[in-house]
Amino acid sequence: MIRTEALCKYFQRNHQEIKAVDGLDVEVRQGEVFGFLGPNGAGKTTTVRLLSCLIGPTKGRAWVNGLEVGKQDQQIRAQVGILTEAPGLYDRLSAWRNLEIYAELYGVADTRGQVEKYLRFLELWEQRDAEAGTFSKGMKQKLAIARALLHEPPVLFLDEPTSALDPEAAKTVRDFIESLKGQGRTIFICTHNLDEAERLCDRIAVFKQRLIAVDTPEALRRQLFGRQTVVHLAQLNEQMAATVRGLPFVKHVEVLPGESGAGKLVIGLSDPAAQNPAIVQALVGQGAQIQFVNELRHSLEDVYLSLIRENRA
Amino acid sequence: MKAIRTIIGKEWADVRRNKMVLYVTILVPLLLTAIPVVALYLLGRLPVSQSDYEEMGRLLQNPIFAGMTPVEALQSAMASSYLVLFLMMPLLVPVTIAAYSIVGEKISRSLEPLLATPITTTQLLLGKGLAAALPGIVMAWFSYGVFLIFARFFSVSDRVFRVFVNPMWLVAMFVLAPLLTVLAVSFGIIVSSRVNDPRAAEQLGALLILPLMILFIGPLTGFIMLNSTTFLLAAAAVALLNVGLVYLGVKLFQRETILTRWK
Repeated sequence: MIRTEALCKYFQRNHQEIKAVDGLDVEVRQGEVFGFLGPNGAGKTTTVRLLSCLIGPTKGRAWVNGLEVGKQDQQIRAQVGILTEAPGLYDRLSAWRNLEIYAELYGVADTRGQVEKYLRFLELWEQRDAEAGTFSKGMKQKLAIARALLHEPPVLFLDEPTSALDPEAAKTVRDFIESLKGQGRTIFICTHNLDEAERLCDRIAVFKQRLIAVDTPEALRRQLFGRQTVVHLAQLNEQMAATVRGLPFVKHVEVLPGESGAGKLVIGLSDPAAQNPAIVQALVGQGAQIQFVNELRHSLEDVYLSLIRENRA
Repeated sequence: MKAIRTIIGKEWADVRRNKMVLYVTILVPLLLTAIPVVALYLLGRLPVSQSDYEEMGRLLQNPIFAGMTPVEALQSAMASSYLVLFLMMPLLVPVTIAAYSIVGEKISRSLEPLLATPITTTQLLLGKGLAAALPGIVMAWFSYGVFLIFARFFSVSDRVFRVFVNPMWLVAMFVLAPLLTVLAVSFGIIVSSRVNDPRAAEQLGALLILPLMILFIGPLTGFIMLNSTTFLLAAAAVALLNVGLVYLGVKLFQRETILTRWK
């Protein structure tokens, strides 16, 4: 659905070449919600602009819905919807008129029907005659999302959809994006809200001028941190840790002492489901009183920060 | 064509909501119309001496005024010299609207989603250009109509009134004025797509009024004799210039530069 091959975008600033995007190779599948994560200035917005044909690549190639960027730009623009960083609404015009203009520009056959559908869908129907400039940030963002969807594009680019929104407005927008999942649309989200990425995205890419990593959040976790089991013990001693270390499949053991002799063992494993019973059996054999056994789950933030730091190093 | 109509509709809707721009669009031409109307009224009632008549010598050499009495000639000549005001009308407001058209959208951050639609650069610029030009042209024609109504009453004779509907005036109003408007709007849009500050765009756009002053000063000094041939020649030159400017406008409209370099 979206594919790039060594895609590059360089800018000239004060006689210096700035590499905003440098050799991006990525493939986004049809119907996938794809998160594009990276720090400020990483080139996320530039990538979205490249893929929505707002700017042209310096080198490399890209295809959107089978159409080549730089060669079939007008057709691509007709088939993508874009939520830009700022809503960019016509503040003096009503919500209805804002959408109507874009429906006409996208050549929507049933302009009235589509405008009404999305105003209702985004709960803006009652405010349809109000000037967009009087809307709250959340309402403006919803209107801008409606604008991006009017022509039912198979590909949707969302650039920081919840940035600058208060938690309630952000949740409304996030819920709406979630409701778009499963409609067959390919959704490409630029964000540095990691919770949002984790909740919405099927796969994520970590990007900083170049692609650092791309996979599902779960797979990235495994690649970086492996799989770890945490055993909570009422009484912890060194012999118990040694017993676990002695098991052939255990990769590493970390001892985390707690209060009054209690503690935790963090155990690196390749297949926790198969290996946890043997660990429990060994510990019970040592007289251990096991309180809980759970998998240590690193947050996407850990994954992201680890990848960015690794890249920096 | 639909995209152009949509852009025109959008621009007009925005102007309708912006009361100040709306009032200026309507009031400036009407105020400018008042000048020749008052001049016509006063010149028809002031006594004209032979020395006044002789001082107007160069202006009155124009064959249009041949055979007129001193009062008729003076009234026709002075009112005709204000013809340039009617040529300025369709420029004043459209050029500022056009000059704001691109940079204004950039500043309000509505340009990026607009450029992300399948609209072509030609459609976008034509839509914006026509949206700026048409009200100016219509208001100029309307003001000319208002002037003719007053001229009918204030002209000292039919001969004077006929001067204001002679081919020179008609060519000026219905050929040269629209072409000058297109010129002004094309220039305004080029400026708007090259600068990053609306004030700079409006000030540069207003510079276009300066060459028109030649048409005002020229006849008074005898440097130019205003007649339909002069206006037709001017119209041909402006038409050629327009073709070049519209082409240049489309070429100079760099989506990428506008989106990535402007702050």
